[in-house]
Amino acid sequence: MNHRELDDMLGKGWRKPHFVTNPTLRWSLIAGFAAYLVAAVMTIEVDWGRVYEGLDRGWQFVLAFTRPDFVSRASDIWEGLSESIVMTVAASVVGILISIPIGLGAARNIAPLPVYMICRGIIAVSRALQEIIVAILLVAIFGFGPLAGFLTLSFATIGFLSKLLAEDIEAMDRVQAEAIRASGAKWTQWINYGVQPQVMPRLVGLSIYRVDINFRESAILGLVGAGGIGATLNTAFDRYEYDTAAAILMLIIGVVMALEYLSGLVRARVQ
Amino acid sequence: MPVFEQDGAQVWRRRTSGQNLVRWFGWLVGVAVFLFCWQRISEATTWFFVWDAPRIAGDIWTRATPPRWEYIAQLGRPIWDTLNIATLGTLIALCLAVPVAFLAASNTTPSRLFIRPVALLIIVSTRSINSLIWALLLIAIIGPGVFAGVIAIAIRSIGFCAKLLYEAIEEIDQSQVEAITATGASRLQVMAYGIVPQILPAFAGIAVFRWDINIRESTVLGLVGAGGIGLQLSSSLNVLAWPQVSLILIVILVAVVISEWVSAKVRGAII
Repeated sequence: MNHRELDDMLGKGWRKPHFVTNPTLRWSLIAGFAAYLVAAVMTIEVDWGRVYEGLDRGWQFVLAFTRPDFVSRASDIWEGLSESIVMTVAASVVGILISIPIGLGAARNIAPLPVYMICRGIIAVSRALQEIIVAILLVAIFGFGPLAGFLTLSFATIGFLSKLLAEDIEAMDRVQAEAIRASGAKWTQWINYGVQPQVMPRLVGLSIYRVDINFRESAILGLVGAGGIGATLNTAFDRYEYDTAAAILMLIIGVVMALEYLSGLVRARVQ
Repeated sequence: MPVFEQDGAQVWRRRTSGQNLVRWFGWLVGVAVFLFCWQRISEATTWFFVWDAPRIAGDIWTRATPPRWEYIAQLGRPIWDTLNIATLGTLIALCLAVPVAFLAASNTTPSRLFIRPVALLIIVSTRSINSLIWALLLIAIIGPGVFAGVIAIAIRSIGFCAKLLYEAIEEIDQSQVEAITATGASRLQVMAYGIVPQILPAFAGIAVFRWDINIRESTVLGLVGAGGIGLQLSSSLNVLAWPQVSLILIVILVAVVISEWVSAKVRGAII
């Protein structure tokens, strides 16, 4: 800010500077966004009569949370929930084991270019495909059941974890790794003593976080027949058994909260 | 320092024998749990289908290629709907997430004992349930269509945005707030000039990040009937029109890549 601008401002009240300084650009951005909003809202057809009718059912659903029914479908709920947990555990273990080498390969500072390109390609594919779409394809190929869900979650874990692990390795301190190498370490020893201690805390934290995500995702895979509690939940909705649905949702929320608490504990310990 | 004797010489080791024993026991339990989970999955799997999978996959591949390009003419409206679901859902979620975040942050909440736990409960429960499940529920209540999708995305995003936002609020620099308070500003003015400027970059980042995620999620909401391109995907899958399925998958991939690119650009410009 030069003197002239400062002189101009003297004696006037302070005004908050605008975020976009060019007024033409600012107003055209605002106008464009407003036009889009109007167009978007216009094209959404809302059948208010139907909504009004549904409010009663919605209220019943809210009421169902005050008296969730864990008992009458207990065996189905237990079956689905345990299948979800089993899928989560198995997929997290396999996903983490596979994503470590891929993460190493996708870090530019330790992998040669061809390996880097292949690993980045795997990550890109895995991240771009939605879990539920992968599940649909895998159910078509492997048939109904938890195997498709297990493969889906493992695949999704690879994209998530390898990307973050690779970024962490790329941001590591070179000096420590070089010191290990200077002591005459082999490649595996270099990774084990130079790289691994630097990324381990974050890897553990991310892995626990991914377990949490995997459980949440496993709750919907049942919708397309890939095992887990989603199928039970879907059936409960279809039969308007809101008290059972409420019970299942409360169980899901409970497990997620427990996992989150656990991950907080683990992260506090390793960092 | 843990050392052990070998031929009279002391050799360095990373851990004591006790620590080693505990570690090995931990690994043993972990492997046992994984094997148990794997056994559960394997029991529920029809292995004949799995051995047959490569042939089925090849079969689907030959059916799905080449994609039916002319079908894209019918995808314009679904894509527009998908975009609207994501954008409007994000906007509604942000409007609702801001007050929740201020109530949940321990330095701005009016009552730490009563209001904060309620706000945290809202955050956890909306966050742990997937948007597909919200959509399933809302379709039962307000009927199928784009509107149900918008609301489902909005509800799912509240928890996510509010969680990141209240963490940002808790990390603000308290001295700026004190400086504004010292000038005699009212509570509202303190909020507008002391807190909001500090969290605005985080807020914009969260908004764009969530919009990007919502584009992904809204592409599959149609699978349960909540509008968007997923509706076309589901109907094509139901009639086994694989060339249309492959075209829709390509469109979804392109949309995801574009949204990720936009979000990365905007976040780069803001932060």
